[in-house]
Amino acid sequence: MKVSVNWLRDYLPIELPANELAEKISRTTVEIEGQYQPQANMKNIVIAKVLSVEEHPDSDHMVITQVDAGEDEPIQIVTGAPNVAEGQTVILAKHNSIVGGGQKIKKGKLRGVVSNGMLAALQELGFDDKVSPKDFEDGIWVFNDVDAADLTPGENALHVLGMDDDVLETGITPNRADLFSMNGTAWEVAAILSEEPTLPTFELTETSEKTADLISATAPAELAPKYGLRVVKNVEVKDSPLWLQRRLWTMGIRPISNVVDVTNLMLLTYGQPLHAFDLDTLPSKDITVRTAKPAEKIKTLDGVEREASAEDIVIAAGDEALMFAGVMGGESTEVTAKTTNIVLEGAIFEPKAIRHAARDQNLHSEASTRFERGVNVEDTFTALDHAAALIAEIAGGEVTEGRVVAQDFDYEAPVVKVTTAHVNHVLGTEITEAEISAIFDRLFFDYELNDGEFTVTVPARRWDITIAADLVEEIARLYGYDNLPATLPTGETTPGKLTPKQALIRATRHDLEGLGLNQAISYVLTTPEKANNFKLHDGQPIQLDYPMSQDRQQTRGSLLTGLLDDVAYNVARKQADVALYEQGRVFVSNGDASVLPTEIEHVAGVITGNVLPRTWAAGAQKADFFALKGIVERLLANYAFADDIRFVPTTERAEMHPGRTADIYVGETLIGFVGQVHPVTAKTYKVNETYAFELNVDAIFDLPKVKDGYEVVSRFPAVARDLAILVDRDVPAADLRAAIVAAGGALLHDVELFDVYTGENVADDKKSLAYALTFVDVEKTLVDEDINAAVERITAALAEKFNAEIR
Amino acid sequence: MSLQDELTQLRDQALGEIAATADLKALNQVRVNWLGKKGPLTEVLRGMKDLTPEERPVVGALANEVRDALTEAIATRQTNLEAAALNEKLAAETLDVTLPGRATAQGQPHVLQQIIESLEDQFLGMGYQVIEGPEVEQDKYNFEMMNLPKDHPARDMQDTFYITPEILMRTQTSPVQARTLESHDFNAGPLKMVSPGRVYRRDTDDATHSHQFHQMEGLVIDKHITMRDLKGTLLAVARNLFGEDHDIRLRPSYFPFTEPSVEVDVSWNAVTPDMNPEDIEWIEVLGAGMVHPNVLRMAGVDPEVYGGFAFGLGPDRFAMLKYGVEDIRNFYLNDVRFLTQFDQKG
Repeated sequence: MKVSVNWLRDYLPIELPANELAEKISRTTVEIEGQYQPQANMKNIVIAKVLSVEEHPDSDHMVITQVDAGEDEPIQIVTGAPNVAEGQTVILAKHNSIVGGGQKIKKGKLRGVVSNGMLAALQELGFDDKVSPKDFEDGIWVFNDVDAADLTPGENALHVLGMDDDVLETGITPNRADLFSMNGTAWEVAAILSEEPTLPTFELTETSEKTADLISATAPAELAPKYGLRVVKNVEVKDSPLWLQRRLWTMGIRPISNVVDVTNLMLLTYGQPLHAFDLDTLPSKDITVRTAKPAEKIKTLDGVEREASAEDIVIAAGDEALMFAGVMGGESTEVTAKTTNIVLEGAIFEPKAIRHAARDQNLHSEASTRFERGVNVEDTFTALDHAAALIAEIAGGEVTEGRVVAQDFDYEAPVVKVTTAHVNHVLGTEITEAEISAIFDRLFFDYELNDGEFTVTVPARRWDITIAADLVEEIARLYGYDNLPATLPTGETTPGKLTPKQALIRATRHDLEGLGLNQAISYVLTTPEKANNFKLHDGQPIQLDYPMSQDRQQTRGSLLTGLLDDVAYNVARKQADVALYEQGRVFVSNGDASVLPTEIEHVAGVITGNVLPRTWAAGAQKADFFALKGIVERLLANYAFADDIRFVPTTERAEMHPGRTADIYVGETLIGFVGQVHPVTAKTYKVNETYAFELNVDAIFDLPKVKDGYEVVSRFPAVARDLAILVDRDVPAADLRAAIVAAGGALLHDVELFDVYTGENVADDKKSLAYALTFVDVEKTLVDEDINAAVERITAALAEKFNAEIR
Repeated sequence: MSLQDELTQLRDQALGEIAATADLKALNQVRVNWLGKKGPLTEVLRGMKDLTPEERPVVGALANEVRDALTEAIATRQTNLEAAALNEKLAAETLDVTLPGRATAQGQPHVLQQIIESLEDQFLGMGYQVIEGPEVEQDKYNFEMMNLPKDHPARDMQDTFYITPEILMRTQTSPVQARTLESHDFNAGPLKMVSPGRVYRRDTDDATHSHQFHQMEGLVIDKHITMRDLKGTLLAVARNLFGEDHDIRLRPSYFPFTEPSVEVDVSWNAVTPDMNPEDIEWIEVLGAGMVHPNVLRMAGVDPEVYGGFAFGLGPDRFAMLKYGVEDIRNFYLNDVRFLTQFDQKG
């Protein structure tokens, strides 16, 4: 809320400069989001009286005026303002003045006639369009006659307009709605400064006519726990006096008319929204607070016809709904210049219903903000009475006798207890009983102190305080957080350790980085099409109820969708070489919307372009299937699975190349896949030839691992043998290897495939493979006979199973 | 000419030849020529038989002296020639060591991951556990157990992606705290945890807003945990992320799940003891407070016995501040030129 420091000074002495006050508030209460003087760097702007208005010889929309600015001679000003007239008291920006936006005003000629400055509109002095009074929208600002009588030509207009005030913008947290009023702010600033605030008072004079004879009201307590009306008769609706307008516009509220302005002044003073109806336009004198009927329509003050929903509270006269209670008034009973008799409403409405209506109608008003967050229940009828008294004073009306009260309750002050020991236990301080007493005194809280226990009676203005922890906060912030020492927790120590799965996930990330992939973090939410791509699990993605955009409406079923979006982003920016991995979760619906989906930890990677760049020493290494498979194999080897890892060709993955994709199994468990992204899918994602893998990390974690231990390194030298074979081209290398290992016996230590050849000297349907076999015996030096026997077993097995020809 | 003279002459001649050899092969030839069985030295020694018994030991000694001298000269010459040959070979092998090395591939962790991991490590060192929870969460854990019942005005502070009225994309990592509080066995010791992870808000993506970002929240619950412990812990975190000379300050704030609640500012500049307080530039980096008794009660923990602190911070915001990243979307678009510029050396 905008807070006028001048207004605060009405309540308590403030000697501090505004910036120091702002600092104290932000360190003790709430953040100060802005601090400024409306006049900014404006200068040389004075009150002037228009002495004469003459036609401009060369312009039909401009006139020549002579104005009295308190100097010896009148000043000639040429203006295009359509509303300028002789006798007006106006604002003059003199020669060499600075107006809003830092604009400099100098004398000059307008169509050949000298003008020594500018007659100003409020907007030209930096007033927001939403705050400047509507009557002067298209012309200069003119003071009304009553106000003008107090003004002297030549006096500083910026001061007259209240623009030399300091304004603090408080960032009010949901718990401190008491600061949505000047009274609440005054109590708080008083506590900060150890002062006592003097709050406004008023005197109400009533006529003998009974309000109850003019109007009646009914309100159920569950909708309006407080509801009261007053009537003021024979008012003259006109502009408010300057002091009132000044107060409102400094606080960011547009002056409208004296009656409406008074209700707004009360809103700012007490934080209590009030509403004024035109008594004579009410369709009935029986006012009812009720929920809206089906399809009930109300035309609100902003001229929009709105349909209420069943939860909305409306104020009705007879059968007709007039307004959204606590949110916005209705056009049909609006106070206008013709209004003479008014009904003032002071009430408390159910916050949830107000919140619902404000959201539903997208009408977040000053009133709804306050009703949603709460008001001081002791001030509701005080504000109502104060408004009636003030309207009678400035609009010349008469207040009828008594309030019509449909609903009321007495404030029962909560009693909250807190001990000095508890305060120090929570804060880790050694604050004394006397210090706590002093803090409660500064807050003007009533309390009793018995044996170290404070029993605090919470005033209605601080409805946020209900439990001891709230009092601890009051004490802490006024004691000052800077006075808290800084220590680390003591007590029983606890081991800090990653869980085995967290450790495995970290190791996975570090491995992939070591293998050349950069970590990406992509968006989880994606399109319905992409959410179903590359899935390793059956089951649907999760659809948001009310997404922000088409692109972000379902949870991903695979990490590759995001990674391919990343690749596309890079490729579109001429980054052709991309190697990325991502670690995170995929989401699988359990088919029942009331049950949380299953979240599965995955890791995935993509490569495209070159994995190693061309250098002077070697050509580029292109991203291809085997480059990525090598990375995956290295990663998988590090997990030390107890069971064998198998790459099984698959044509089943729709988004993957049917001839270049393998499902990855450990034992009989499918843990993922690796391959080339299908060219059609690649085109959809706008990426080039890209290779991808995705692994289920939860499955990897659950699989049995090699038990801790080690294999003895042989003292005897290993013996190498090469073996070249010719087989049919479609025999999978994995099958050949498995046969070699199976036949090789205990001495066969390692099998390395070092050449695969097709082409010249090899029949078209054949391929030649060359293996380096390594034999090791941990117990003795190997002899040729042992090795020969093993090699013979291998060749025999290959010949038998694969019709292999030994070369 | 006496044998002595002859030996001396031979020695001088041989030394001259040794010195004149150009390579190891020539040197070997000289060695064979002079010291071999048919060499002149052997020849001379053969004449020893003609000498008198008095002369023999004298000449014999001289002959040995000459042989030793030649052997040594040859060895020295051999060392020199070998060194020269090696030097020549090395010279021939000279590389342009300013050429770049062969390419290798090395990836980097994401900058957000670096910050999260650094914080995790710090908290692990202080005896915390790292605990994760679901990203698609129940309203109950995300809001209600965080003291944010339905229709609480503070729910407006977090625009939420709902899936059903009861299920949502978590808006904070606090639900992990609610879940852990509910299941933790306090008889087994205090609860000290951090929960890092992705969170989601119903926001339109722009330079400073992202519908997906990260949080790391911490929670410590025991019988004697105080707000000064919170301040000390946050000071340690700030110094880990911003450097040892940085300071923090607390300002009152509001979160439904803590009371008292504070915002925490970190000094953007290093703070020295003699510094004028007005010269410290403070930036808001995290929120914290003492856990609200309602949060404990709803999780089945007795607030009369247990209490503690909670804090929450945003790795995205930290990274933006620390590196001056101007657009939060950079973290999620994964331009390789962006990803590869954050070194991991701390």
